[in-house]
Amino acid sequence: MDRLLELGPEFWAAAGETLYMVALTMLFGGAGGFLLGLGLYATRRGGLLPNAVVNTVLNVVINFFRPIPFIIFIAAVQPLTRAVIGVGIGTDAAIFALSLAASFAIGRIVEQNLVTVRPGVIEAARSMGAGPARILGTVVVPEALGPLILGYTFIVIAVIDMSAMAGLIGGGGLGYFAQLYGFRQFEPVVTWAAVLLIVVFVQVVQGVGNRLARRVLGR
Amino acid sequence: MALVTLEHVSKSYPAAGRAAEPVVAVDDVSLEIEAGDVYGIIGYSGAGKSTLVRLVNALEPATSGSIRIDGREITGLRERELRGIRLGIGMVFQQFELFEAKTVRANVAYPLKVAGWAKADIRARVDELLAFVGLSDKAGARPDQLSGGQKQRVGIARALATRPRILLADEATSALDPETTQEVLALLKRVNEEQGVTIIVITHEMDVIQSIATKVAVMDRGRVIEHGDVFDVFSAPRHPSSRSFVGTVVKGVPSPTELAVLRERHEGRIVTCSFRDGDARQARVFLDLAEAGLEFELVYGGINDIRGRAFGHLTLAVRGDDAAIDRALVAVSQHADVTEAR
Repeated sequence: MDRLLELGPEFWAAAGETLYMVALTMLFGGAGGFLLGLGLYATRRGGLLPNAVVNTVLNVVINFFRPIPFIIFIAAVQPLTRAVIGVGIGTDAAIFALSLAASFAIGRIVEQNLVTVRPGVIEAARSMGAGPARILGTVVVPEALGPLILGYTFIVIAVIDMSAMAGLIGGGGLGYFAQLYGFRQFEPVVTWAAVLLIVVFVQVVQGVGNRLARRVLGR
Repeated sequence: MALVTLEHVSKSYPAAGRAAEPVVAVDDVSLEIEAGDVYGIIGYSGAGKSTLVRLVNALEPATSGSIRIDGREITGLRERELRGIRLGIGMVFQQFELFEAKTVRANVAYPLKVAGWAKADIRARVDELLAFVGLSDKAGARPDQLSGGQKQRVGIARALATRPRILLADEATSALDPETTQEVLALLKRVNEEQGVTIIVITHEMDVIQSIATKVAVMDRGRVIEHGDVFDVFSAPRHPSSRSFVGTVVKGVPSPTELAVLRERHEGRIVTCSFRDGDARQARVFLDLAEAGLEFELVYGGINDIRGRAFGHLTLAVRGDDAAIDRALVAVSQHADVTEAR
């Protein structure tokens, strides 16, 4: 317990790093994943802008990257990270790897939620003379907004999980803190302090997500 | 010139498997729909009605044939041009297909936004439409707070927003209970009579045709097997499929099973007299039978009214001397079509 109090500043700094990584990952990965998902959905056979080539390419790319365990992915993607961010290690490098991995996962989640929109409302919009881009933006996305919010909530929690591995490339965060000061120094109290704070993050995120979704769904 | 003209229109979908034949949903259909008509298209599910109506607003492209809206050929137009055509054709759906995430007001406003109306004009038009369908108090409600009948009224308001000349109603009342069905049909009738909108009604329910249609086409396996004035098709359906549809709302000539029951219950010869227009001749028929000294009773049938014109089939059990009956039937056939069940 004393050790935990000693580590106070490091603990809160690690918590800050986790929040920073998760927030920026959701911003970049969230946007990237949204576009990927929208692309997957629109180019499907029988979709609003059917395009077999684009659809196949998107599917292959996502299916290639998504199964890679993040702890391997973060190492494997390092050359690309270095090219884009300038450095291969540190918090920003971790955010790049996280965003990339998250956008593939989010792409699938967005696609899954968009396909639940009833074809009938899309046909209705078409019958009023609306074009594909307008239908995507003003019908498909709003109709799927509730499930989309829940999907994004699910992903925030997965990103918190992935961010615990950022320590591998010097990204810091609560996962690294728990490993370094808890596990390696035989201080279970320190480890559990990190665990509890992550649980609190997850609860808050899930609570906000549920509330937002309920408001959007109107029930 | 007809408002909607279809000439030899076909629509087929590619085969599902390599060995399968392509599916022909609409097969060589030619129809003319005049401005002001309420044109019913009836058929069993899978007969091709829904596909046919989607060819009219080009939600689906026709495989072959010509479709003209107000004289303008729409087959072969590009998607962008078709969007303009669709603005002039409203559509309502069996499952309403309202935007659940939008309020009633936003639903009705949607086609106006697509058409590029100014904000103030949209507001005024939506108010006017909601008043017309009697839902002014529901402007701020979400569709899931409405009953089925209210949802369909919103659907109708939305379909009429851009003042289309044509309204397509695809099984618009099939998801509603009988009372609400009558409400929605009455509304469609007002749309036709007060706003002069030409309506094409797709249905599998003959009573919908009976309530509002002026003309009807019967579809079976992709083809139009019979079409014409509702009165003509109802009072003298020619095709077996039409007859079975008409039979759902009109008690016509008894079917073989019904005939067997009638024979069990009633003695004598079973004769059906069919009348079209002019009820007075019924009296003549009964008089002829009575004068011949025959005993008879009404065992089956009814008189129907379609838009003020009457027709019907009355089946009688006639008893007496065979030769006298034969003579009487010859006399009766002057006033009505007589068919004797053998």
